[in-house]
This record gives sequence, structure tokens and C-alpha cells, in this order.
Amino acid sequence: MATKPPCFDEMLNEDGTPRAAYSAYHKWFEEQDVTHLKQKARDAEEFFRRTGITFAVYGDDEAEERLIPFDIIPRIVTAREWTKLSRGIEQRVRAINAFLQDIYHRQEIVRAGRLPVELLEKNEAFVSQMIGFTPPGGVYTHIVGIDLVRTGPDEFVVLEDNARTPSGVSYMLENRETMMNMFPELFSNIRVRNVSDYPKNLRASLSRVAPAACNGDPVVAVLTPGIHNSAYFEHAFLADQMGAELVEGHDIRIVDGRVAMRTTRGYQPIDVLYRRLDDDYLDPLIFKPDSVLGIPGIFDLYRAGRITIANAPGTGIADDKAIYSYMPDIVEFYTGEKPILKNVDTWRCSEKDSLAYVLDHLSELVVKEVHGSGGYGMLIGPAASKRDLADFRAKLIAKPANYIAQPTLALSTIPIFANSGLSPRHVDLRPFVLVSPDKIDITPGGLTRVALRKGSLVVNSSQGGGTKDSWVIEDD
Amino acid sequence: MLGKTASGIFWLFRYLERAENIARLIETGHRFTLTRNRGRQDEWRSILSALGMDAAYRATHEDHNAAQVVDYLLRDKANPGNLRNLIDSARQNARTTRTAITRELWEAVNECWICVNDALKRQVREADLPATIDLIERQTAQVRGALENTMLRNDGYNFSRVGNFIERADSMARQIDVKYYVLLPSVSFVGSSLDNIQWETILRSTSAYSAYRWLYPGRASALGIAEFLILDRRFPRSLSFCYGKLTDNLRHLAMSYGVQSASLAEAERIYAGFASLTAESILEDGLHEFLIEFLRVNRNLAAMVEQEYRFHH
Repeated sequence: MATKPPCFDEMLNEDGTPRAAYSAYHKWFEEQDVTHLKQKARDAEEFFRRTGITFAVYGDDEAEERLIPFDIIPRIVTAREWTKLSRGIEQRVRAINAFLQDIYHRQEIVRAGRLPVELLEKNEAFVSQMIGFTPPGGVYTHIVGIDLVRTGPDEFVVLEDNARTPSGVSYMLENRETMMNMFPELFSNIRVRNVSDYPKNLRASLSRVAPAACNGDPVVAVLTPGIHNSAYFEHAFLADQMGAELVEGHDIRIVDGRVAMRTTRGYQPIDVLYRRLDDDYLDPLIFKPDSVLGIPGIFDLYRAGRITIANAPGTGIADDKAIYSYMPDIVEFYTGEKPILKNVDTWRCSEKDSLAYVLDHLSELVVKEVHGSGGYGMLIGPAASKRDLADFRAKLIAKPANYIAQPTLALSTIPIFANSGLSPRHVDLRPFVLVSPDKIDITPGGLTRVALRKGSLVVNSSQGGGTKDSWVIEDD
Repeated sequence: MLGKTASGIFWLFRYLERAENIARLIETGHRFTLTRNRGRQDEWRSILSALGMDAAYRATHEDHNAAQVVDYLLRDKANPGNLRNLIDSARQNARTTRTAITRELWEAVNECWICVNDALKRQVREADLPATIDLIERQTAQVRGALENTMLRNDGYNFSRVGNFIERADSMARQIDVKYYVLLPSVSFVGSSLDNIQWETILRSTSAYSAYRWLYPGRASALGIAEFLILDRRFPRSLSFCYGKLTDNLRHLAMSYGVQSASLAEAERIYAGFASLTAESILEDGLHEFLIEFLRVNRNLAAMVEQEYRFHH
């Protein structure tokens, strides 16, 4: 049997003493009565249920609405660690925007021989209608979520860049509200950086990219696919918190050359549309012709400077898993700096030698579909059965270009509050980044997802993952 | 505010009001079953008629036994208008209007939905029926409390009230109609002293029992009750009262939007009509005809509001 790689626990040293980030929290925790904490954990769940913070699971009629399990032990990062991390995130997000600007214009990176042109040309996420067009303020990805994992005291690695419509920010905000409700005394004693300005910053950030046609205070609206979408709660939450309208395709019509929403007083033009809808569904005249969720004709008005769409169409190319392996080059090419954050070593199965290596080492690797997301269509070699491995081998041989492979990372752990007390579980971290023409704003912390099953590495909520409140604490 | 949002708030409170009416009718029916030995099934039938559900009920059920009717009204899948579905629809509308209702109101609706769903998971045993009805009434009352205490008095509030009173007026007119039309087939009874049971159930099912007793101790006549339920401006469920509220809220909307409102003019016309009526004149000209016409204009007013404020595209 293969021995498990040693992994880094963020709360405890190997001798069981708390690490610096957790010293104040750990002291508090030791003084708590376990029964009392158990009650608090139930209260937290009740709080989520009462406030309706739920998500829908596709194809699961029985439990149409579910709660994401919430763990009461926070993820804690020190200000010093955060400074370094956020510099790395900012660098990466700048590079992503420069990359998008480039590939939809002169494609210098291809000319320089740093990126094969097929990766763009054959990529479904590349939107040719964006060629030659610069979005207002030059911003492509107004909202980004960078998925990170920690592998050591000073080592954060980027697992994935979410440059389309990253979700989860409502959980970041509600987790904090819940924690402050449950444990006010912790927040009086430990200086945790505030996250609650996110909706205000989001609105300000979107207002700064208003289109040329906007006069006066920009009208912002959130476009949702509707009440049955798994992230509907978040769409409604963000619209509510920003003071924006929450619209669906059928609330919208094009009136006098503007995208306008049907209000009780008549049609009102929208300046900035924060869409939580994939490119494919956005405009049936350009993309999927049978989409009823989108707005026919919006793309033309977008290009004419009559509305801003956030994120811009075609940003998906930047978080494509095939492009991912080129990210270190991309960062260096556009910033002229060495990447601060590491990438996970990645084998592109489209390349013959890599495929051979991957097939030889399948049981040690994580194999992902290039276009997959949400933890679906993925093989975790060390945890897979012989049959799974054989199935995946066949898939790989049939369509190698559809896959990439990565080593199984020693993801860090943080304890959860389990029945038997503290018990370590693997976690990741998704900080949320707002990009406007003059500013990159990163909310301190982000969303920590935790694989609740012991030993599991899959943190996705659709596959039994939970969340934790994530703290950045001031250094003393 | 989006037209869709206005529609959502309007329907949220229509569904809530409808659910409350069902709960009250069940309460009355159950009380009737316990206190009277005769005509039990008639009472349940008249309740179903008042809700416009009797034909659909009879299509799937043989008789009007209490347990079956109660289950039909509360949770039977054969009945799309059952109370559980109404609360579900109310919550669905609240979810789509999160940007226009307060957090307190949303949480009250959500909690109401959670509790009612829990209570109605299984068929309610007779022993648990009073507690269940009580729970439903308290939960919906909390929603109303949250609305009153936390909502800005803006267009959203007005749409909630318009939905509420359109539904209430509709439900009241149906209940009065059923009592007079079904239970008193012979016109000669009207105007004579009513039998104790009949007037008690009319008043109970419309929440008017104690109010009426305070105002008219010891006197119950068809005329007095008709006057009270249709024309009394103090009783918060009378048709006249509903129209007072409808004109107030529609006027507020028209003023804040600065528009000439056809729906306001229509509500004012209907409201003014009540001032020129007496119970005698209504009974003389035919109560049933009066109520049928009222239901028509009330429905029409709802359609005018929906169109005027762009609920649909």
C-alpha cells in the first residue's frame, strides 16, 4: 500500500501545539464546553435554513434545495501570509486581463511562440466576436475567483482560475455573519479583517466600467438564469446587497438602442449587466440559437458601447484547463516578472510523451477534463478502483486532448468540529477579486471549502463539500 | 421596481391570504363537526364550494367525510390549490422578490414555509388538527407582522396590500354567496330570523364572530349579517373595507408614480357604489346576483392593475 504523502495542518504543529495564526483561537477553543459548541453548530445550521441560504442540486428531485454544510472552525491566515498571497493573486489577475486583451487583438503571445495558436483557434471558450473589441475601461474579468490550495507553511498553489462567473461569494459573506452571530466574543478579541464591504465594492467596481451611453448614475442589474439555477440564492443575495435589480431574459427588451428592463413605470435602460449566465446562453443571435435565457441582440449593443457586460464574453478561455498549464508563461510574458504563485505541474495529454507518462502513472495522478467543472468527470488516481482506472484509461486513449493530468497534491488540512472533537480535513481557498480600470480589490480571506469526508480531496459542494469562515488576522 | 417584482409581491400576499382563508374554513368546518350532529357533510361541501373546489373534489372522492376533505384542503396532491402548495407558491414569489422585500419579511415567509411543510409532511390526525391550524395561523401572522413592521411604505408595500385585499374581497364574496345560496335555497328565509347554526358558521369562517357579537349583542338577522359582511367599514374583512384599502393603496401608487390610473378610477367607482347601498336594497335586488357581479368587477380590477403596472410582458 502506498503511504499517504505527509500533509500540512494549518492549525496544529506536528507536536499538537497551535501554529501562530491559530494561537488565540486555539486558546479560546480549549476553554469551550463541547456540548455548548455542539449546540452552536446546530444553531448555525438552523440559521442557514431560516435565512434560506440553499443551493439546488441538478437532477435530484427529492432534495431540490440543500444547505451547504458549514463548519464552525474558521480558516485563519495571518496578515503577513495574506500580503504575499494577495500580491500573487493580483499579479495573476493582471496577467489574465492582459492575456485576454492580447488574444482578442494582436495575439503577441502567439507571435512570440509562447502559446500554440491551436489552443485558441480550436477552443470553444474563444469567442471570435470579441476580436478587435475592447470592453469599457479595458476590463475583461470584473470578478475573478482564484482557487488555491496550500501545501506547506509558505506555499500556496493555484489550482484553477475562475474567470467566467465565479460563485460562492455569498457564502463567504454569510459564513462571516453566522460566525459573528454565534461567537461575538471571538471577534471582540481577535482582529479579523472585514469582508462585508464586498457588495458595496462590487457595485462601485461595476459602476466604474459604465458604457459610453450611460448618463448619470450607472444602472446595474444582475442577470440570472432563474429561480431553478443552483446559485439562484447568490444572484438574489448580491442584487439585494448591491441595490440592483435581479433580472431574467424575459424582463428585458431592446428599446431605442438600449438594453432595457420592464419596470412598473416602463422600460428602463441598463448600463452594466452583471450576468450570471454562461456565454453560450447570452445572446441567441450569436451563440446558442435556442437559448431562452438570454437577450437577443445584446451583443451588438455591447460592441456599440450601449451596455457593459461583466464579465466580458470570451473570458472563459483564460480559465480553460488546457490554457492553465501555460499560466506561468502567461504571467511572465505580460508582467515581466516571475510568477509569485505556483501552478500545479500539469501534463497535457494532447502531447504524446505526456500521454504515455500519464497512462503509466494513472494510479498516482489526478486527471481532469479540460472543459469540466464542479469536480465532475475527474479521476483521482490513488482513490480510484481498478475499474475506474480502466475506464479512464480507455477515455484517455480515445480523446487525449480532452484531458490534463496533475500529481496528487498534499492538500493542507484544517480540523473540522466533528462528533469526536477536532478532526483534520482537506481544504482549498477561493479568494474573490474585483477588477476595475484603476484598481484591483481582493477581499481579505475568501471562501474556504472543505472535504467533509475523511481523507477526501474533493471539496465541491455538489459532492459533499462544506465551507468554513475564512479569516485574515492582523499580526500582533 | 421590475414589473415581475411587483407581480411577485402582489401574488405573495394573495397566496398568503388564500392560505389563511383555507385554514379558517377548516377550523370552522371542524368546529361544526364537533358541535353539530346533523348535516356534517353538507358543511364540508359548502366549504369546498366557497373555495371553488367542490366539483374537482367530487371528481376524485366519493363523499365529504371530514378527514378526507381536510386532507384535500391541506395537502392532497390531487388538489393543486392545497394549502401546502399555496405556502410554497408564496415562498417562491418571495424568493423572486428578494431585492424588494426586507430580510425580516423574507425570513418570516421562509420560516412559515419550513414549519408548514414539516407539519404537513404526513396526513394530519384529527387530534393534531387544532394545533396544526393554530401553527399555520401564527406563522402567517408573523409574515404580516414582518411586512407591517419592516417594509418601507413604498410601491412594494402598496402592491402587497393590493394583492391582499383583492384576494380577501374575492374570498369573502364567495363565502357569503355559498352560505346564502346553498344553505338557504328558499328566498323566503332571507330576512327572517336565521337559525343559530347558520349564522354562527358564517361569522366564524369570516373571522367576524366576536366582532359581530360586540357590535350587535344578541341580535342576529340575515339583514344585519349581510350589512356587516358587505358594508361595515370597521370590519377588516367586509367588501367595503377591502375597497377602502384598495383605493388607498392604488391612490398612493398613482400619486408616487405621477400617473393617471385607470385601476384607481375603477376602485374608486366600486368603493363609492358601497356608499349608496343598504343591506335591504342588496337583498331586494338579489344577493347572489350582486355577489356574482362583484366577483366579476373585482377580477377585472386585478387584471387592470396587472396591466397598468406591467406585471407581464
